[in-house]
Amino acid sequence: MEEKLSFEYAPAPESRAVVSIKPKYGHFIGGKFVAGSKHFPTINPATEEVLSQIALAGKSEVDAAVKAARKAYTTTWSKMSGKERGKYLFRIARIMQERAREFAVLETLDNGKPIRESRDVDVPLAAAHFFYHAGWADKLEYAGLGTTPKPHGVAGQIIPWNFPLLMLAWKVAPALAAGNTVVLKPAETTSLTALLFAEVCQQAELPAGVVNIVTGDGTTGALIVNHPGIDKIAFTGSTEVGKIIARAVAPTHKSVTLELGGKAANIVFDDAAIDEAVEGIVNGIFFNQGHVCCAGSRLLLQESIEDEFLEKLKIRMAKIRVGDPMDKNTDLGAINSKEQLLKIAELSATGDSEGAQRWSTPCDLPSKGFWFAPTIFTGVTQAHRIAREEIFGPVLSVLTFRTPQEAIDKANNTPFGLSAGIWSEKGSKVLWSSQQLRAGVIWANTFNKFDPTSPFGGYKESGWGREGGRHGLSAYLKGVSHE
Amino acid sequence: MSNRIDVKKTYKLFINGAFPRTESGRTYEVKSAKGIFIANPCLASRKDLKDAVVAARAAQSGWNKATAYNKGQILYRIAEMLEGRRAQFVDEIVTSTGVTKIKAEKEVTESVDRLVWYAGWTDKISTLAGALNPVAGPYYNFTIPESMGVIAAVAPETPSLLGLIEAIAPIIVGGNSVVILASTKAPLSAMSFAEVIATSDVPAGVINILTGKKDEIAPWMASHMDIDGFDISGLSAKKHGELKIAGAQNLKRIYSFKSADPGRILAFMENKTVWHPIGL
Repeated sequence: MEEKLSFEYAPAPESRAVVSIKPKYGHFIGGKFVAGSKHFPTINPATEEVLSQIALAGKSEVDAAVKAARKAYTTTWSKMSGKERGKYLFRIARIMQERAREFAVLETLDNGKPIRESRDVDVPLAAAHFFYHAGWADKLEYAGLGTTPKPHGVAGQIIPWNFPLLMLAWKVAPALAAGNTVVLKPAETTSLTALLFAEVCQQAELPAGVVNIVTGDGTTGALIVNHPGIDKIAFTGSTEVGKIIARAVAPTHKSVTLELGGKAANIVFDDAAIDEAVEGIVNGIFFNQGHVCCAGSRLLLQESIEDEFLEKLKIRMAKIRVGDPMDKNTDLGAINSKEQLLKIAELSATGDSEGAQRWSTPCDLPSKGFWFAPTIFTGVTQAHRIAREEIFGPVLSVLTFRTPQEAIDKANNTPFGLSAGIWSEKGSKVLWSSQQLRAGVIWANTFNKFDPTSPFGGYKESGWGREGGRHGLSAYLKGVSHE
Repeated sequence: MSNRIDVKKTYKLFINGAFPRTESGRTYEVKSAKGIFIANPCLASRKDLKDAVVAARAAQSGWNKATAYNKGQILYRIAEMLEGRRAQFVDEIVTSTGVTKIKAEKEVTESVDRLVWYAGWTDKISTLAGALNPVAGPYYNFTIPESMGVIAAVAPETPSLLGLIEAIAPIIVGGNSVVILASTKAPLSAMSFAEVIATSDVPAGVINILTGKKDEIAPWMASHMDIDGFDISGLSAKKHGELKIAGAQNLKRIYSFKSADPGRILAFMENKTVWHPIGL
């Protein structure tokens, strides 16, 4: 088991020639790129190479973006028929498909995720989100919110760094389909694909001001959240920041949706198809370096299969190829930032100090960039910080259970409730478990699957509202009886 | 009749299917519209709220597991019991609020009818709000609304009976349990309604009713970490902001409502999406 597998792969690097990164970027306001005042560098986390200088939006830039969005809303977008709005969204979807490789390469360079994932997951799903929502634009009266559902107006949207383009699509596509205009802020470390998306908006001839993109850090985000000219806030990120936003908008009339953290249980029963479950557990926690809010970060193993399962899991984990994200063979890329790497290391250290046993795969990590080897902790109890807090990295905490009820109790013993996984070959047990689990997305005998038609979002402290499907669309429409 | 000394009722709280006094020993005076003393209802304390939430939490999963058909019959049973005691409720509303008998009768009629309307929703809300999602892959994928958990509510001052029922019914239709604060000035019909609930096969703890002061209890409800949702329709809009700030500590879902519609049921339900592969 400890022997190092020598399965050599020849390097298969994707070419970066398809992208051209400017040395410096501004903001996208009112259909034009405008120069920023202050800038900060964005780096490739796999190499620490500075890719470009990103503008930091302050009050005047956010004001200008909100003003442009309001103008576009009142003069153009709210007056346009749904049929015509939809056509713009279809155009955007098609252009994203045409420029898919460019988006994928840029995403991998800026984010550190493997090209295999940006190419096969992030970018195609982002385009699919626009295509799906395009078709809603002229059918809103059938969305179950009354015969004349109305958009909110200007939506302020703040997205995270783990799926930069995909989260943009989750936010912008339904907002536009419902007739809102947007001011979007990408995450500080991953602005480049949002800025490329601005070019797509130009190519699609989207009316000026319908989509505005301001770049910056948390201070820019706070300016958007607190801006009186914004009617709706949509945020994806940490539960901590989600609560700050909830408090900030509480006294206002702003509508809010929040997609926040998770600590998903991935339950393997003794009647599971073990090899499939091993694959599912690996996908559940190591997909996107574990930078996934719905990651299956707590493995709950039925005690009777613990030894057999962990042995197979370690063999499989040892085959995870960690390294150059641009290599098409890479499974696990770079940690997105130094800050995140420190957070993962710090929380993992509490696993050691609180008495869990750490095991990491015997892989060579590149000397430059930010890396963390695939890691599991066994002997984890429910009180351990690594069983309670979101690590947001390639670290799996393993707990055991004896009865199905104990599995459910442990799975639900968390303030989060975003997702959960079930592995069993017995249909009735799968359905029973899916009923008992207090989480918004249940993956049974699969994990980390996403689709624009499928509502996604959390119970409890994992957030407010859903994204995707008819349920997600309703977040961008008025028409419900409550406020 | 005239010389008989009538037997007055002691108005107590309704927690976990029983009628305890407030543990605090506090009461307040309720007078009729004409200023005549009626009763000393309980001034519920923070501990009473905690006890009610414990009861509501314990009862919730059992209530949620009851079939939709069963839940519908129990809601209908509440309507039956209320219908049978119309006269008492009309009297109490007239006495405490001073409205005409005709107006009081209208309120009781609407209360019964509203319960019947909600009774019919228990086995239809999932059909209306659920979905089979056509994902681009070999997966069976569906979304269904599920109960949220323990929901707190503050009933409006008036109409004291209809307002209370309008808050309780949609919450329990969704499989939740509820802790509700009754109208402060006119709590009589709420506490008599507890007697209706107690004889309607509603499992103990599913509905809990407190009497007391809004300014005391609403902030405790907002900050309670084991309450999942909060209906603040019965409170002045000026109070909404501070309660939502307090509720953000556990991201409580806090709403106020304008009308009776299915959205009121769905506001306190969570959508769950389930994926399963299709294959051999």
